[in-house]
Amino acid sequence: MPLLAVSGLTKRYRRGDTLVSAADDVSFTIEPAETLALVGPSGSGKSTIARLVTRLIEPDAGTILLEGTNLRALKPSALRAMRGRLQIVFQDPLAALNPRATVGRVIEDPLKIHTRFSRGERRSRVASLLERVRLDPALASRPIHEISGGQRQRVAIARALASSPTLIVLDEAVSALDVSVRAEILQLLKRIQRETRVAYFFITHDLGVVRAMADRVAVLDGGRIVETGLASEVVSNPQSEIGKALVAAAPRLPRS
Amino acid sequence: MTLLRTPTALLGFAILFALALVALLAPLLFPADPLSIAGPALLRPFQDASLPLGTDRLGRDVLAELVHGARTSLLVGLAAAATSIIIGSVVGTLAGFLGGILDEVLMRVTDAFQTVPGFLLALAFVSVVGPSLPVVVFAIALGAWTGPARVARAEVLSIRERDYVAGARAIGMHPLKIAFREVLPNALPPVLALSSVIVAAAVLTEAALSFLGLGDPNRITWGGMIAEGRTILRFAPYLSIIPGIALVLTVLGVYLAGEGVVEASAARKVRA
Repeated sequence: MPLLAVSGLTKRYRRGDTLVSAADDVSFTIEPAETLALVGPSGSGKSTIARLVTRLIEPDAGTILLEGTNLRALKPSALRAMRGRLQIVFQDPLAALNPRATVGRVIEDPLKIHTRFSRGERRSRVASLLERVRLDPALASRPIHEISGGQRQRVAIARALASSPTLIVLDEAVSALDVSVRAEILQLLKRIQRETRVAYFFITHDLGVVRAMADRVAVLDGGRIVETGLASEVVSNPQSEIGKALVAAAPRLPRS
Repeated sequence: MTLLRTPTALLGFAILFALALVALLAPLLFPADPLSIAGPALLRPFQDASLPLGTDRLGRDVLAELVHGARTSLLVGLAAAATSIIIGSVVGTLAGFLGGILDEVLMRVTDAFQTVPGFLLALAFVSVVGPSLPVVVFAIALGAWTGPARVARAEVLSIRERDYVAGARAIGMHPLKIAFREVLPNALPPVLALSSVIVAAAVLTEAALSFLGLGDPNRITWGGMIAEGRTILRFAPYLSIIPGIALVLTVLGVYLAGEGVVEASAARKVRA
């Protein structure tokens, strides 16, 4: 049984008089501990699919099965309980965390919701989660607005890990970071995957990142998946027009 | 501190500080009951060093009454403003965050309250329930919570689309908890900016209610003092003018201080 099975996912927006498909009959699966990348040009519906899969917006049609449970059939309280298994990290670390909260509170919130730990146990979990994302546990008392973008993205990852999810949706999670920080975060994500066997749904427009991170890749164009395959094959030999365009547009760096 | 750098803010806070100090120290400055007779009736101001502002028609010390009255004015002003901001931001947050039919209902109720003049509302409420300090506070808040409600709703509408609110939903936080812990605190600054206007209006409304005899009868109020002086306005105008000046100074202080806070926060926003 796949960890996540999405089928027929459809979402249309009304823009003036016309209906625009942000997701058009999208189907894919993700296996446990796997990384599936979703690539596509901007406006192809990547972020919409991230938010549909995590049930932050309501699809017009389709099913989302997580570990065999249909997320669309759950009552609100059951869905909230289920959310601990499925986490999301957003693109802009400056917008994704409540600027008034402290680092510790941001990471502790999912523990309060999804575990029965005592206050002391939660504190020590927060410290170990901060260590896991290579941050100083002393940061826990600092407010979010005082720490840097790279640090905030690590906090967002620690928060996503807090409820021990089986799948994390990374919605352009490294795109807003500068190059050196990006490489560190990617390595961190890989290490976390080795340690916890969490699966990633990795949404990006950067094929270099796909090659480095993903097992398989799906290419999105105009809300439709036009190509899927092993990451190594799609990146080296894309079949779809948009896949070819993305590969052609990717900057090539001399190998060091 | 940037807050005290502008002369308006400095003056405003100086007035408020002096008033608050006087109000707090009233029982020490004038330990005797301010309603007890202190000297001959209708002594004009600046005649007797022990009764610098003179006495009213029952021979009560006007300065003592004024100082004790400051307690009521400031207490009612602050309490009414706090009550209306609390009610307003809760209503505005629920309307803006939950949306849909609840938003419609809450905003139409807000409209209804807003169309009735706040003073009439307070007047009606106090006449029905009977004058006492908490009733007066609530009656004033009844007419003042709609402004904060509208501002809070507008702010919440923009904040609820932010990623960190989506993030709170993604970890499974309860919607009410998201509304009051993630959204409301970030929506508060523009709502609090209204507080100076509300405090000033509340002080005046309290005075007006007392003037009409609907204040708490067990407390000295400036409005009540003005009302008492009204009957002998021709030959003892100072009895109404002195508490009137105190009212003007209080409202002025609150306004200037509020103005200073808004200016300081605007300056901080520009720098950020």
